[in-house]
Amino acid sequence: MKKAVKRNPSVDMIETLTLSELTIFCDTNADWVLGLVEHGIVTPIAKPSTELQFEPAHIARARKASRLMRDLGLNFAGVGLVLDLIEERDALARKLAMFDTYDHA
Amino acid sequence: MVDNTHYEALGVPRDASADDIKRAYRKMARKYHPDVATDPDADAKFKAAGEAYSVLSDPESRAAYDRYGADWDQPRPEPDQQRAGAGSRWGGGFAFDDRDINADSFRDFFGGRFGGGFGGGFDRSAMQRDQHARIEIPLEDAVAGAKRAVTLQMPQLDQTGHVTMEQRTIDLTIPKGVMPGQQLRLRGLGTAGGDLFVEIAFQPHPVYRIEGRDLFVALPVTPWEAALGGKVKMPTPTGKVDLKIPPNARHGQKLRLRGRGLPGAQKGDLYAVLHIVNPPNLSQKARDLYRQLASESSYDPRSNLGA
Repeated sequence: MKKAVKRNPSVDMIETLTLSELTIFCDTNADWVLGLVEHGIVTPIAKPSTELQFEPAHIARARKASRLMRDLGLNFAGVGLVLDLIEERDALARKLAMFDTYDHA
Repeated sequence: MVDNTHYEALGVPRDASADDIKRAYRKMARKYHPDVATDPDADAKFKAAGEAYSVLSDPESRAAYDRYGADWDQPRPEPDQQRAGAGSRWGGGFAFDDRDINADSFRDFFGGRFGGGFGGGFDRSAMQRDQHARIEIPLEDAVAGAKRAVTLQMPQLDQTGHVTMEQRTIDLTIPKGVMPGQQLRLRGLGTAGGDLFVEIAFQPHPVYRIEGRDLFVALPVTPWEAALGGKVKMPTPTGKVDLKIPPNARHGQKLRLRGRGLPGAQKGDLYAVLHIVNPPNLSQKARDLYRQLASESSYDPRSNLGA
Protein backbone atom coordinates (compact mmCIF):
# COMPACT_ATOMS: atom_id res chain seq x y z
CA MET A 1 0.00 0.00 0.00
CA LYS A 2 1.46 3.31 -1.06
CA LYS A 3 0.78 6.42 0.91
CA ALA A 4 0.35 9.93 -0.32
CA VAL A 5 -0.72 13.13 1.30
CA LYS A 6 -2.37 15.86 -0.71
CA ARG A 7 -2.44 19.23 0.95
CA ASN A 8 -5.33 21.63 0.47
CA PRO A 9 -6.64 20.61 -2.92
CA SER A 10 -9.01 23.12 -4.51
CA VAL A 11 -12.63 22.25 -3.79
CA ASP A 12 -15.57 23.14 -6.06
CA MET A 13 -19.04 22.90 -4.63
CA ILE A 14 -21.18 21.51 -7.44
CA GLU A 15 -24.30 23.65 -7.89
CA THR A 16 -25.69 22.11 -11.09
CA LEU A 17 -24.74 19.47 -13.65
CA THR A 18 -25.96 19.38 -17.24
CA LEU A 19 -27.48 16.23 -18.71
CA SER A 20 -24.17 15.24 -20.31
CA GLU A 21 -22.23 15.95 -17.10
CA LEU A 22 -24.72 13.93 -15.04
CA THR A 23 -24.37 11.09 -17.54
CA ILE A 24 -20.62 10.95 -16.91
CA PHE A 25 -21.13 11.47 -13.18
CA CYS A 26 -23.39 8.42 -12.95
CA ASP A 27 -21.18 6.43 -15.33
CA THR A 28 -24.13 5.83 -17.61
CA ASN A 29 -25.79 7.15 -20.77
CA ALA A 30 -28.20 10.00 -21.51
CA ASP A 31 -31.12 7.62 -22.13
CA TRP A 32 -30.78 6.23 -18.62
CA VAL A 33 -30.88 9.74 -17.09
CA LEU A 34 -33.89 10.61 -19.28
CA GLY A 35 -35.52 7.40 -18.01
CA LEU A 36 -35.12 8.74 -14.46
CA VAL A 37 -36.70 12.02 -15.56
CA GLU A 38 -39.60 10.24 -17.30
CA HIS A 39 -40.32 8.27 -14.14
CA GLY A 40 -40.20 11.42 -12.01
CA ILE A 41 -37.24 10.09 -10.04
CA VAL A 42 -35.20 13.22 -10.73
CA THR A 43 -36.46 16.55 -12.01
CA PRO A 44 -34.39 19.00 -14.04
CA ILE A 45 -34.44 22.73 -13.31
CA ALA A 46 -37.11 24.37 -15.47
CA LYS A 47 -35.09 26.09 -18.20
CA PRO A 48 -36.73 25.15 -21.48
CA SER A 49 -34.36 26.38 -24.21
CA THR A 50 -31.04 25.07 -22.85
CA GLU A 51 -29.62 21.64 -22.06
CA LEU A 52 -31.27 20.00 -19.03
CA GLN A 53 -29.67 20.93 -15.72
CA PHE A 54 -29.89 19.21 -12.36
CA GLU A 55 -29.51 20.48 -8.80
CA PRO A 56 -27.47 18.81 -6.00
CA ALA A 57 -30.35 16.90 -4.37
CA HIS A 58 -31.27 15.38 -7.76
CA ILE A 59 -27.63 14.65 -8.61
CA ALA A 60 -27.30 12.65 -5.39
CA ARG A 61 -30.60 10.90 -6.08
CA ALA A 62 -29.52 9.92 -9.59
CA ARG A 63 -26.31 8.42 -8.32
CA LYS A 64 -28.08 6.55 -5.56
CA ALA A 65 -30.53 5.23 -8.16
CA SER A 66 -27.65 4.01 -10.33
CA ARG A 67 -26.10 2.11 -7.39
CA LEU A 68 -29.40 0.56 -6.32
CA MET A 69 -30.38 -0.47 -9.84
CA ARG A 70 -26.99 -2.07 -10.42
CA ASP A 71 -26.60 -3.75 -7.03
CA LEU A 72 -30.18 -4.94 -6.52
CA GLY A 73 -31.27 -5.46 -10.12
CA LEU A 74 -34.12 -2.91 -9.86
CA ASN A 75 -35.95 -1.24 -12.75
CA PHE A 76 -36.96 2.45 -12.89
CA ALA A 77 -40.34 1.94 -11.23
CA GLY A 78 -38.76 -0.13 -8.47
CA VAL A 79 -35.93 2.27 -7.75
CA GLY A 80 -38.34 5.23 -7.72
CA LEU A 81 -40.47 3.48 -5.12
CA VAL A 82 -37.40 2.52 -3.03
CA LEU A 83 -36.02 6.07 -3.03
CA ASP A 84 -39.39 7.56 -2.05
CA LEU A 85 -39.85 5.04 0.75
CA ILE A 86 -36.30 5.61 2.04
CA GLU A 87 -36.93 9.36 2.14
CA GLU A 88 -40.20 8.85 4.00
CA ARG A 89 -38.58 6.43 6.42
CA ASP A 90 -35.69 8.82 7.12
CA ALA A 91 -38.03 11.77 7.68
CA LEU A 92 -40.12 9.70 10.09
CA ALA A 93 -37.01 8.47 11.91
CA ARG A 94 -35.86 12.07 12.37
CA LYS A 95 -39.26 13.10 13.71
CA LEU A 96 -39.42 10.08 15.98
CA ALA A 97 -35.96 10.81 17.39
CA MET A 98 -37.18 14.29 18.32
CA PHE A 99 -40.38 12.93 19.84
CA ASP A 100 -38.43 10.34 21.84
CA THR A 101 -36.20 13.03 23.33
CA TYR A 102 -38.84 14.26 25.77
CA ASP A 103 -41.97 12.22 25.39
CA HIS A 104 -40.54 8.77 26.02
CA ALA A 105 -37.86 9.01 28.66
CA MET B 1 -6.38 -24.41 4.10
CA VAL B 2 -10.12 -24.70 4.73
CA ASP B 3 -11.80 -21.36 5.15
CA ASN B 4 -15.48 -20.72 5.85
CA THR B 5 -15.53 -16.89 5.82
CA HIS B 6 -17.38 -16.57 2.53
CA TYR B 7 -20.01 -19.18 3.43
CA GLU B 8 -20.54 -17.52 6.80
CA ALA B 9 -20.85 -14.09 5.17
CA LEU B 10 -23.82 -15.42 3.18
CA GLY B 11 -25.13 -17.61 6.01
CA VAL B 12 -25.13 -20.78 3.89
CA PRO B 13 -23.55 -24.22 4.49
CA ARG B 14 -20.54 -25.37 2.45
CA ASP B 15 -22.70 -27.70 0.40
CA ALA B 16 -25.23 -24.99 -0.53
CA SER B 17 -26.45 -25.12 -4.12
CA ALA B 18 -25.69 -22.35 -6.60
CA ASP B 19 -29.33 -21.25 -6.32
CA ASP B 20 -29.13 -21.11 -2.52
CA ILE B 21 -26.02 -18.97 -2.79
CA LYS B 22 -27.65 -16.59 -5.24
CA ARG B 23 -30.77 -16.32 -3.09
CA ALA B 24 -28.74 -15.70 0.07
CA TYR B 25 -26.66 -13.05 -1.66
CA ARG B 26 -29.70 -11.22 -3.04
CA LYS B 27 -31.29 -11.19 0.39
CA MET B 28 -28.13 -9.85 2.03
CA ALA B 29 -27.65 -7.23 -0.71
CA ARG B 30 -31.20 -5.95 -0.15
CA LYS B 31 -30.87 -5.93 3.60
CA TYR B 32 -27.42 -4.40 3.91
CA HIS B 33 -27.20 -2.16 0.85
CA PRO B 34 -25.50 1.02 2.14
CA ASP B 35 -28.10 3.19 0.42
CA VAL B 36 -30.91 1.38 2.21
CA ALA B 37 -29.67 0.09 5.56
CA THR B 38 -29.39 2.14 8.73
CA ASP B 39 -27.49 -0.55 10.64
CA PRO B 40 -23.96 0.77 11.36
CA ASP B 41 -22.43 -2.59 10.38
CA ALA B 42 -24.29 -2.66 7.06
CA ASP B 43 -21.34 -1.50 4.93
CA ALA B 44 -19.07 -4.23 6.21
CA LYS B 45 -21.75 -6.90 5.83
CA PHE B 46 -22.65 -5.76 2.33
CA LYS B 47 -19.03 -5.78 1.30
CA ALA B 48 -18.42 -9.21 2.85
CA ALA B 49 -21.50 -10.63 1.11
CA GLY B 50 -20.39 -9.15 -2.23
CA GLU B 51 -16.90 -10.57 -1.89
CA ALA B 52 -18.31 -13.94 -0.89
CA TYR B 53 -20.73 -13.97 -3.81
CA SER B 54 -18.06 -12.96 -6.32
CA VAL B 55 -16.06 -16.03 -5.28
CA LEU B 56 -18.87 -18.54 -4.67
CA SER B 57 -21.04 -17.70 -7.68
CA ASP B 58 -18.36 -18.88 -10.11
CA PRO B 59 -17.94 -22.69 -10.06
CA GLU B 60 -14.20 -22.45 -10.81
CA SER B 61 -13.36 -19.91 -8.17
CA ARG B 62 -15.66 -21.65 -5.70
CA ALA B 63 -13.81 -24.94 -6.26
CA ALA B 64 -10.47 -23.16 -5.82
CA TYR B 65 -11.74 -21.48 -2.65
CA ASP B 66 -13.05 -24.77 -1.23
CA ARG B 67 -9.63 -26.31 -1.86
CA TYR B 68 -7.21 -23.50 -0.96
CA GLY B 69 -9.28 -21.23 1.31
CA ALA B 70 -8.57 -17.53 1.58
CA ASP B 71 -5.47 -17.81 -0.66
CA TRP B 72 -7.45 -19.38 -3.51
CA ASP B 73 -6.49 -16.69 -6.02
CA GLN B 74 -2.75 -16.66 -5.27
CA PRO B 75 -0.55 -17.58 -8.22
CA ARG B 76 -0.13 -21.35 -8.40
CA PRO B 77 1.12 -23.41 -11.34
CA GLU B 78 0.02 -20.93 -13.99
CA PRO B 79 0.23 -17.54 -12.37
CA ASP B 80 -0.93 -15.49 -15.36
CA GLN B 81 -4.12 -17.42 -15.87
CA GLN B 82 -4.90 -17.39 -12.18
CA ARG B 83 -4.47 -13.66 -12.04
CA ALA B 84 -6.65 -13.07 -15.05
CA GLY B 85 -9.34 -15.12 -13.36
CA ALA B 86 -9.02 -13.10 -10.21
CA GLY B 87 -9.27 -9.86 -12.11
CA SER B 88 -12.41 -10.82 -13.95
CA ARG B 89 -14.48 -11.07 -10.80
CA TRP B 90 -14.62 -7.28 -10.56
CA GLY B 91 -16.43 -7.06 -13.85
CA GLY B 92 -19.54 -9.08 -13.01
CA GLY B 93 -23.03 -7.85 -13.78
CA PHE B 94 -25.19 -8.51 -10.75
CA ALA B 95 -22.37 -7.88 -8.37
CA PHE B 96 -21.40 -5.45 -5.69
CA ASP B 97 -19.96 -1.99 -5.83
CA ASP B 98 -16.21 -1.66 -5.45
CA ARG B 99 -16.34 -0.25 -1.98
CA ASP B 100 -12.66 -0.30 -1.29
CA ILE B 101 -12.62 2.71 0.85
CA ASN B 102 -11.19 2.47 4.31
CA ALA B 103 -14.26 2.92 6.44
CA ASP B 104 -12.27 2.88 9.65
CA SER B 105 -10.27 5.91 8.61
CA PHE B 106 -13.49 7.78 8.03
CA ARG B 107 -14.75 6.83 11.42
CA ASP B 108 -11.52 8.01 12.97
CA PHE B 109 -11.87 11.45 11.51
CA PHE B 110 -15.59 11.93 11.48
CA GLY B 111 -16.80 9.67 14.21
CA GLY B 112 -19.82 8.77 12.18
CA ARG B 113 -21.10 6.03 9.99
CA PHE B 114 -19.58 5.77 6.60
CA GLY B 115 -22.12 4.76 4.06
CA GLY B 116 -20.79 4.77 0.57
CA GLY B 117 -17.77 4.12 -1.49
CA PHE B 118 -16.11 4.43 -4.77
CA GLY B 119 -18.11 3.52 -7.78
CA GLY B 120 -16.72 2.23 -10.99
CA GLY B 121 -14.72 -0.85 -11.76
CA PHE B 122 -11.06 -1.53 -11.98
CA ASP B 123 -11.52 -3.26 -15.29
CA ARG B 124 -12.06 -0.10 -17.29
CA SER B 125 -9.88 0.40 -20.30
CA ALA B 126 -9.89 4.18 -19.93
CA MET B 127 -7.02 5.13 -17.65
CA GLN B 128 -8.43 8.38 -16.37
CA ARG B 129 -11.30 7.82 -14.00
CA ASP B 130 -13.37 9.93 -11.69
CA GLN B 131 -13.75 8.49 -8.23
CA HIS B 132 -16.58 8.90 -5.76
CA ALA B 133 -16.56 8.92 -1.99
CA ARG B 134 -19.01 9.95 0.71
CA ILE B 135 -18.31 11.53 4.06
CA GLU B 136 -20.47 12.30 7.07
CA ILE B 137 -19.81 15.65 8.65
CA PRO B 138 -21.15 17.22 11.82
CA LEU B 139 -23.82 19.85 11.21
CA GLU B 140 -21.51 22.49 12.70
CA ASP B 141 -19.06 22.02 9.79
CA ALA B 142 -21.77 22.98 7.30
CA VAL B 143 -22.77 25.99 9.38
CA ALA B 144 -19.30 27.45 9.84
CA GLY B 145 -17.19 25.67 7.19
CA ALA B 146 -14.28 23.45 8.30
CA LYS B 147 -11.05 21.76 7.36
CA ARG B 148 -10.94 18.00 7.82
CA ALA B 149 -8.22 15.45 7.16
CA VAL B 150 -9.86 12.62 5.21
CA THR B 151 -8.18 9.28 4.59
CA LEU B 152 -9.32 7.33 1.55
CA GLN B 153 -8.17 4.20 -0.16
CA MET B 154 -8.40 4.53 -3.87
CA PRO B 155 -7.14 2.77 -6.95
CA GLN B 156 -4.21 4.37 -8.71
CA LEU B 157 -2.22 3.34 -11.77
CA ASP B 158 1.49 2.81 -11.35
CA GLN B 159 4.04 3.48 -14.12
CA THR B 160 3.53 0.04 -15.61
CA GLY B 161 -0.22 0.56 -15.82
CA HIS B 162 -1.10 -1.76 -12.94
CA VAL B 163 -3.80 -0.80 -10.50
CA THR B 164 -2.60 -0.45 -6.93
CA MET B 165 -4.56 0.64 -3.89
CA GLU B 166 -3.18 3.82 -2.50
CA GLN B 167 -4.00 5.30 0.86
CA ARG B 168 -4.46 8.99 0.63
CA THR B 169 -4.93 11.68 3.20
CA ILE B 170 -6.56 14.81 1.90
CA ASP B 171 -6.91 18.07 3.78
CA LEU B 172 -10.45 18.74 2.69
CA THR B 173 -11.95 22.20 3.00
CA ILE B 174 -15.66 21.88 3.69
CA PRO B 175 -17.33 25.03 2.38
CA LYS B 176 -19.85 26.85 4.55
CA GLY B 177 -23.42 26.12 3.51
CA VAL B 178 -22.98 22.58 2.12
CA MET B 179 -26.13 20.47 2.16
CA PRO B 180 -26.67 16.73 2.44
CA GLY B 181 -26.28 15.20 -1.01
CA GLN B 182 -24.06 18.02 -2.20
CA GLN B 183 -21.03 16.99 -4.23
CA LEU B 184 -17.59 18.49 -3.81
CA ARG B 185 -15.27 18.17 -6.78
CA LEU B 186 -11.53 17.82 -6.16
CA ARG B 187 -9.96 18.24 -9.55
CA GLY B 188 -7.24 15.81 -10.53
CA LEU B 189 -7.50 13.66 -7.41
CA GLY B 190 -9.26 10.72 -9.07
CA THR B 191 -7.43 7.91 -10.86
CA ALA B 192 -4.79 9.03 -13.37
CA GLY B 193 -5.82 12.68 -13.25
CA GLY B 194 -9.59 12.14 -13.09
CA ASP B 195 -11.59 14.04 -10.51
CA LEU B 196 -12.58 12.95 -7.01
CA PHE B 197 -16.19 13.65 -6.05
CA VAL B 198 -17.04 13.68 -2.37
CA GLU B 199 -20.71 13.48 -1.42
CA ILE B 200 -21.65 15.23 1.82
CA ALA B 201 -23.92 13.60 4.37
CA PHE B 202 -24.72 14.87 7.85
CA GLN B 203 -24.14 12.88 11.00
CA PRO B 204 -27.28 12.52 13.08
CA HIS B 205 -27.26 15.44 15.52
CA PRO B 206 -28.23 15.07 19.17
CA VAL B 207 -29.88 18.50 19.31
CA TYR B 208 -31.02 19.55 15.83
CA ARG B 209 -33.36 17.89 13.38
CA ILE B 210 -32.73 18.97 9.79
CA GLU B 211 -35.44 19.52 7.18
CA GLY B 212 -34.01 21.09 4.05
CA ARG B 213 -32.21 24.21 5.31
CA ASP B 214 -34.43 24.52 8.38
CA LEU B 215 -33.42 23.24 11.81
CA PHE B 216 -35.70 22.13 14.62
CA VAL B 217 -34.83 22.00 18.32
CA ALA B 218 -37.00 20.36 20.95
CA LEU B 219 -36.89 23.04 23.63
CA PRO B 220 -37.99 21.97 27.12
CA VAL B 221 -39.82 24.58 29.20
CA THR B 222 -41.44 24.36 32.63
CA PRO B 223 -45.23 24.68 32.95
CA TRP B 224 -44.84 28.14 34.51
CA GLU B 225 -42.44 29.32 31.77
CA ALA B 226 -45.04 28.20 29.22
CA ALA B 227 -47.85 29.87 31.20
CA LEU B 228 -46.16 33.17 31.98
CA GLY B 229 -43.95 33.55 28.90
CA GLY B 230 -40.63 35.33 29.04
CA LYS B 231 -37.07 34.84 27.88
CA VAL B 232 -35.25 31.50 27.98
CA LYS B 233 -31.80 30.55 26.66
CA MET B 234 -31.76 28.28 23.65
CA PRO B 235 -28.94 26.77 21.59
CA THR B 236 -28.25 27.67 17.96
CA PRO B 237 -25.42 26.19 15.86
CA THR B 238 -23.51 29.44 16.32
CA GLY B 239 -24.12 29.87 20.06
CA LYS B 240 -26.81 30.51 22.65
CA VAL B 241 -29.50 33.12 22.12
CA ASP B 242 -32.45 34.43 24.15
CA LEU B 243 -35.82 33.20 22.95
CA LYS B 244 -39.00 35.02 23.88
CA ILE B 245 -41.76 32.61 24.87
CA PRO B 246 -45.25 34.08 24.44
CA PRO B 247 -47.58 33.91 27.46
CA ASN B 248 -49.83 30.82 27.60
CA ALA B 249 -47.64 28.92 25.13
CA ARG B 250 -48.78 25.49 23.93
CA HIS B 251 -46.89 22.20 24.14
CA GLY B 252 -45.57 21.58 20.61
CA GLN B 253 -45.79 25.24 19.65
CA LYS B 254 -43.16 26.21 17.08
CA LEU B 255 -41.28 29.48 17.49
CA ARG B 256 -39.27 30.63 14.50
CA LEU B 257 -35.88 32.31 14.54
CA ARG B 258 -35.55 33.62 11.03
CA GLY B 259 -32.25 32.98 9.26
CA ARG B 260 -30.74 30.90 12.08
CA GLY B 261 -30.89 27.64 10.12
CA LEU B 262 -28.33 26.42 7.58
CA PRO B 263 -26.49 29.18 5.72
CA GLY B 264 -26.69 29.63 1.96
CA ALA B 265 -28.17 31.88 -0.69
CA GLN B 266 -31.55 31.24 0.94
CA LYS B 267 -30.83 30.95 4.65
CA GLY B 268 -32.85 28.40 6.56
CA ASP B 269 -34.80 29.15 9.74
CA LEU B 270 -34.40 27.66 13.20
CA TYR B 271 -37.54 26.45 14.97
CA ALA B 272 -37.85 25.87 18.69
CA VAL B 273 -40.53 23.26 19.35
CA LEU B 274 -41.74 23.74 22.92
CA HIS B 275 -41.91 20.69 25.17
CA ILE B 276 -43.57 21.35 28.51
CA VAL B 277 -41.67 19.37 31.13
CA ASN B 278 -42.49 18.91 34.81
CA PRO B 279 -39.63 19.01 37.30
CA PRO B 280 -38.66 15.55 38.59
CA ASN B 281 -39.59 16.56 42.15
CA LEU B 282 -42.10 19.07 43.46
CA SER B 283 -41.49 20.83 46.77
CA GLN B 284 -44.30 20.98 49.32
CA LYS B 285 -44.69 24.65 48.57
CA ALA B 286 -44.91 24.09 44.82
CA ARG B 287 -47.54 21.43 45.44
CA ASP B 288 -49.56 23.86 47.54
CA LEU B 289 -49.33 26.48 44.79
CA TYR B 290 -50.54 23.95 42.21
CA ARG B 291 -53.48 23.10 44.50
CA GLN B 292 -54.32 26.76 44.61
CA LEU B 293 -54.15 26.87 40.77
CA ALA B 294 -56.35 23.78 40.51
CA SER B 295 -59.07 25.44 42.59
CA GLU B 296 -58.84 28.56 40.40
CA SER B 297 -59.25 26.84 37.02
CA SER B 298 -62.19 24.95 35.58
CA TYR B 299 -60.41 24.07 32.31
CA ASP B 300 -60.97 20.45 31.22
CA PRO B 301 -58.53 19.40 28.46
CA ARG B 302 -60.45 16.09 28.06
CA SER B 303 -63.82 17.62 27.34
CA ASN B 304 -63.89 16.46 23.70
CA LEU B 305 -62.70 12.91 24.43
CA GLY B 306 -66.07 11.95 25.88
CA ALA B 307 -64.38 11.14 29.18
